[in-house]
Amino acid sequence: MPSHDVLIIGAGLAGQRAALAAAECGATVAIISKVHPVRSHSVAAAGGINAALNPEDTWESHAFDTVKGSDYLGDQDAIEIMCREAPGEILWLEHAGVTFHRNESGHLGTRAFGGASAARTYYVADITGHAILHVLYEQLMKQGQLVDRYEEWFTTDLLQDDHGRCIGAICRNLRDGQLEVFNAKTVILASGGAGQVYKPTTNGLIVTGDGIAQAFRIGARLMDMEMVQYHPTTLAGNGLLITEGARGEGAWLLNAEGDRFMEQYAPNKLELASRDVVSRAEQTEINEGRGFEDGTVALDITKVPRRRTLEALREIVNIGRDFAGVDITREPIHIRPGQHYIMGGVKTDTNGLTTIPGLYAAGEVACVSVHGGNRLGANSLLDTLIFGRRSGEHAAKQAAQIPMPTTPSSRVDETQANIDAIVGREPGGRRIAAIKDELGEAMNEYCAVFRDADGLAKAHEIVRRLKEEAPKAAIDDRGSVFNQDVIGAIELGYMLDVAEAIVVASLERKESRGAQFRTDFPERNDDEWLKHVDISANGADVPKVSYSPVTITRWEPEERTY
Amino acid sequence: MPEYTLRIRRYDPQAGEAAYWDEHQVELGERSSVLDAILKVRDERDGSLGIRCSCQQAICGSCGVRMNGKPGLACNTHLEEAARRGHGTGWNPPEEGQRNTLITVEPMGNMPVIRDLIVDMDAVHWTKIRRVTPWLINKEPVPEREYVVPHDNMVDVTQTMACIQCGACVSDCLSMEIDPLFVGPAALAKAYRFVGDPRDAEQFERLKDLSEDEHGIYDCTHCFNCIDACPKGVDPMSQIMRLRRIAGSDHEIKDRNNGYRHEHAFVKNIRRNGLLHEADLLPDSYGGKLHPNAVPELVSSLPTVLTALARRKVTPAKALLHQHKAPKEVKRIFDEIEGREERVELNLYVTGYEDAPEHAEGEHGAGEREPPEESSQPEPSVPSGEPEAPTGPPDKSPTYPGPGEEGSERDERSERDESGDSPSESEDA
Repeated sequence: MPSHDVLIIGAGLAGQRAALAAAECGATVAIISKVHPVRSHSVAAAGGINAALNPEDTWESHAFDTVKGSDYLGDQDAIEIMCREAPGEILWLEHAGVTFHRNESGHLGTRAFGGASAARTYYVADITGHAILHVLYEQLMKQGQLVDRYEEWFTTDLLQDDHGRCIGAICRNLRDGQLEVFNAKTVILASGGAGQVYKPTTNGLIVTGDGIAQAFRIGARLMDMEMVQYHPTTLAGNGLLITEGARGEGAWLLNAEGDRFMEQYAPNKLELASRDVVSRAEQTEINEGRGFEDGTVALDITKVPRRRTLEALREIVNIGRDFAGVDITREPIHIRPGQHYIMGGVKTDTNGLTTIPGLYAAGEVACVSVHGGNRLGANSLLDTLIFGRRSGEHAAKQAAQIPMPTTPSSRVDETQANIDAIVGREPGGRRIAAIKDELGEAMNEYCAVFRDADGLAKAHEIVRRLKEEAPKAAIDDRGSVFNQDVIGAIELGYMLDVAEAIVVASLERKESRGAQFRTDFPERNDDEWLKHVDISANGADVPKVSYSPVTITRWEPEERTY
Repeated sequence: MPEYTLRIRRYDPQAGEAAYWDEHQVELGERSSVLDAILKVRDERDGSLGIRCSCQQAICGSCGVRMNGKPGLACNTHLEEAARRGHGTGWNPPEEGQRNTLITVEPMGNMPVIRDLIVDMDAVHWTKIRRVTPWLINKEPVPEREYVVPHDNMVDVTQTMACIQCGACVSDCLSMEIDPLFVGPAALAKAYRFVGDPRDAEQFERLKDLSEDEHGIYDCTHCFNCIDACPKGVDPMSQIMRLRRIAGSDHEIKDRNNGYRHEHAFVKNIRRNGLLHEADLLPDSYGGKLHPNAVPELVSSLPTVLTALARRKVTPAKALLHQHKAPKEVKRIFDEIEGREERVELNLYVTGYEDAPEHAEGEHGAGEREPPEESSQPEPSVPSGEPEAPTGPPDKSPTYPGPGEEGSERDERSERDESGDSPSESEDA
């Protein structure tokens, strides 16, 4: 039975950063991931990572932009920490080997990004997440003696002792289907977001909200779950992401009439207003009939010098060519808002600690909350690294003070029985994919850029019905070697839990703020709603709602225009 | 919508049965991906079909498979393209004048299959990656702020950094097929990522290590398969050639595999003859016909020579008397290149895309763009390197002045021109 001081679940940027930090603090560390670490969805982050590293820039400016971007729902103490520590993190990455873009003098160069008052986004072409993730994995290989890697192991349950403290997890080795108890003094969830709850989404197929649901099921509070980011530039149909870096480099948004419509919605920042603002503007254009027939507007990257596009936006040149048949250096590409990120997640403090003792969370699975109602582009990589590191450090220090807990290995029998029940299902249920598609389409229809009470109620009804259908969904694979069918069934359950939390929170917040725009409550209402909506489990019933205050340190809410 | 037949290689280690082919008709648009088709089968008909996949946008590197014999990512290979562009095993060419709609999908090669389309990447690919000390060894002192390094240098290593570790190049590496211990294209490209990084302190040690390893940089046979396979333009073979150039020319690493001497013998041979004189090459690589090291090599290559004679690949006259003499033009090229103060590394990843290329727009569909046409040097070295591969010892063909960079140009072209697999077709025949 493996036992470690710190057990990390998920090996994207947050998880790997946490593992390296915990190991550096002297803890024994295991990192578990259902996919090989470099397949984690952090790999798809394109545009860059924010930091006020340039001497003319200040962390206060970065923090204010983030607060404003969050529509004043972000917790300012956490935002201050993130922005203050950002420059050091960039340099740490640079020294670890990230091939950041250099300017002509050979120093780190930046690009502009949405909602930012200075160009403070550091980048590697448009593969920044990829470049950082692979470098962290290099470091993880280097620390092979200190960090045990369990690649392609799927976590099924978080374990708790009698006092509710999290003391490890049960995981299934995908190679042979064996279950194993992992004892741990502290557990860090770093398993990413939940994009697959929506269809389409920019997120990969593995992004199924596992950690959010696992924490929720053992009683952790979720926060800001209504805040779901629609990215302004995703491809129609398949939902693939066109990086904000394109607009950062100077691309324009045009409606079908050829108007640069952002002039009306954000006269100062134009295309580089915050994402919620741009997405809403696009959706308004489309809804009011000024979009193209396929329900899109155009992103004109030909405004960017071709040579610059080919160097700095290489990946979207390929995406345009391979997935839309468009040469973006020569013609505009049709795009629309698409689900991209969830600001909400497992509620944590600034050390990553959740409301469950011994359980931490970092990255998209968590809600610190630094993003509040709307995340700024290039702040998510920063979030994963800063709070991944802080969680790793704090968990390691905590672990040094407590004895190793143990869980009887017979505890796997319970999990085994659940899995056997899935494998042994009667044939004839709906297909997992059909349930998942219905869920994703409903969420994308009713819980998207614009929402109202009727639509959300419909979405809730659908989610409740699918929750009844899911446990009977058809299973074809009865084996134990890479049985992805069984994993799909378990993930479907996670996604439905997360979907319900999103819908319930969206119904609860009766105002418009950040990514949540309620057409039935179109104004921001600081008097009643300058607070977080928390969601917690309530057995099989509809989750419970509670509130927590927003931390304000120095920036009082103001009207928000770009 | 067109209909395609997917023939998927299935294997269930628990069934106690051999691998078999599983056929499905799938109706999807021709620009849908092979992965779309596979997922349609899995979602709608058979949930037990095993494949790793996630991002569906060619960045996570999970879905490497062979499609009609050619390795690549299932997610960025269009169905129509896969149907048309097969080669190698698993490719079922259509009857004359017929449109092929059959797409075989198999697990990648050179790695053990775990189940269906899932291979054991760790046993092969990642083990080799770990072989090359795959992390930055910082130059001391580590600066307080960032290392100051040239812009182009960072773009240059970003090419190998762009590798997504999908394994497509490993799948079809011919050298690895012969020598499973070959460090291989992906890991050597990873090695270049550090060798080419000015922040790394151990360029020489890394190169020395990979030169002295008999499964290292001189084990590559220049077959271009990895360049053809790579979905990200990493050009592994080009990176291997750059490792050789830096090892041989900058550090003069005279390895025990004789890679260095072979390279120099080859260059000398071409300089003198214009066309390769094979009978001289081997002894010259070992210090000349009379050199004590050359004798056993000559003796050991006799069976190969005899076979070649028997098959009339060479005649005794041709083998011994090489009448071709290098024309002045060849000498001029040599003088020009060797007269340069610094070696010019033409990396099209850094320099290759000029604004507004001259040829007509849209002529070749959306994605076509060609780098400026300038260098036409690869011809002498590439074809002459090839015939060696099947018969002789591991190829130690020349690299001066740069077939590698030329490779990236080829790659750009073949990647975009869906019908053109020309660079590697001959090897696979």
